[in-house]
Amino acid sequence: MSKVIELTKQDFDKEVLKSDIPVLVDFWAPWCQPCIMMSPILDVLSEELSGKLKICRVNTELPENRILAYQYQIQSIPNMKLFKNGIIIKEFIGLRPKEIFKEELEQVLNSS
Amino acid sequence: MNTEFTENLKDRYPLIIIGAGPAGLTASIYASRYKLEHLVIGEAIGGLAFEAHKICNFPIENEISGRDITKKMQEHARSLGANIIMDKVIGVQEKNEGENKIFKITTQSNKVFLANTVLLALGTERRRLDLPGENRFIGKGISYCATCDAMFYQNKTVAVVGGSNSANTSSLYLAEIAKKVYQIYRRDKLRGETSWIEQILHNQKIKVIYNTNIIGLKGEEKLEKIVLDTPYQGMKELAIDGLFVEIGSVPQKALIKDLSLQTDENGYIKVTSDQRTNRLGIWAAGDITTNSNNFRQIITACSEGAIAAESIFKFIKQHTS
Ligand SMILES: Cc1cc2nc3c(=O)[nH]c(=O)nc-3n(C[C@H](O)[C@H](O)[C@H](O)COP(=O)(O)OP(=O)(O)OC[C@H]3O[C@@H](n4cnc5c(N)ncnc54)[C@H](O)[C@@H]3O)c2cc1C
Repeated sequence: MSKVIELTKQDFDKEVLKSDIPVLVDFWAPWCQPCIMMSPILDVLSEELSGKLKICRVNTELPENRILAYQYQIQSIPNMKLFKNGIIIKEFIGLRPKEIFKEELEQVLNSS
Repeated sequence: MNTEFTENLKDRYPLIIIGAGPAGLTASIYASRYKLEHLVIGEAIGGLAFEAHKICNFPIENEISGRDITKKMQEHARSLGANIIMDKVIGVQEKNEGENKIFKITTQSNKVFLANTVLLALGTERRRLDLPGENRFIGKGISYCATCDAMFYQNKTVAVVGGSNSANTSSLYLAEIAKKVYQIYRRDKLRGETSWIEQILHNQKIKVIYNTNIIGLKGEEKLEKIVLDTPYQGMKELAIDGLFVEIGSVPQKALIKDLSLQTDENGYIKVTSDQRTNRLGIWAAGDITTNSNNFRQIITACSEGAIAAESIFKFIKQHTS
């Protein structure tokens, strides 16, 4: 069982940059409809890809998280970045259906 | 909500509503009040209305966000027992079942449902600029949703393209956050509600550039400049950090084409006064239709949804009694 982790600036280093396994970080905000639509998909993927991929969320509405949005040059949400060994290896912008997204993720995970 | 989390789904419903915006959700509320069992399938729960930053013309509230109004509609529909699932319908096929017709509805996540009647409340999708590089810059300077992305442009310079209500409200919202807003419009006067236009013309941060089109997008990693067909202050290129595209919407096409529904020349579904399409068993409501004098608003979408639900109820009653 792996749940999506709600991240703040404080645990970004530990959970994302220093993670042993690849991490997908979803930058989102509650006023963004596609983000809300993406949320249950990420919950399911987090279970299905458990062990292979960790999924985290950053709520960009929170003032303490703005710096992360700035740092990672977020200009449009949902914006999901895939990190491996602290480096961004792929970026996904906009809503995508679960099955398609799972395939996209598995493709990157298997080839990197 | 995702299908995975929805319990008690059936394979077959007397009515399936495709679309979960104001039209589809209102139809669901009415259907539930008529005890008409139904399923709502929507790709984006809340529809386009969710993206409205501020709604000031819906009775009951002086001012309400699109997010809140659609949340209320959804909660209302669910509280009456509606099943609402988030999925995209990719096919509607008509089948014969003995003497009767039945519709087979297939979704993107490979779910199949059967329905005796179908209500299409599909709404519209945002019109794109259709300029080279547009796709490359999505999320890197180009946005189609000011409500979603405005806050990433704090103290930046942005442009809004368009001149009707959604462009006008986007400019006003962006002006609360950005340093400078250029609103670029192809005509010589803004359209839409006079109240918004007056606010724009009095806003120091907004500069409306009339009679001008965007003909190019430039930038390396992200959008840096837009190219104008008419020079602004002697310059054909305008340096900006973000471009918000608000040039209206076009009707959803795919399902309409598959079903050979009659449309007007712009692709909106032709319906009768009780929201029937030319095809028996299929109704349409909301922004997707030619009704309501082509006035595409939340209240008119709700109204068409209500009319459709009542008409479907009568139809089903007639055919089952
Ligand atoms: C920025 C902005 C501001 C606005 N401001 C106002 C305002 O202040 N006042 C006002 O009255 N109106 C406003 N509007 C207009 C209003 O949003 C629309 O008129 C209204 O949303 C139409 O409702 P609808 O249900 O017909 O369609 P939509 O709200 O577009 O909903 C369509 C639904 O169909 C779904 N759908 C489409 N295709 C499929 C498919 N294949 N499978 C499954 N589901 C599908 C969509 O996901 C969605 O759930 C605004 C619009 C915008 C963009």
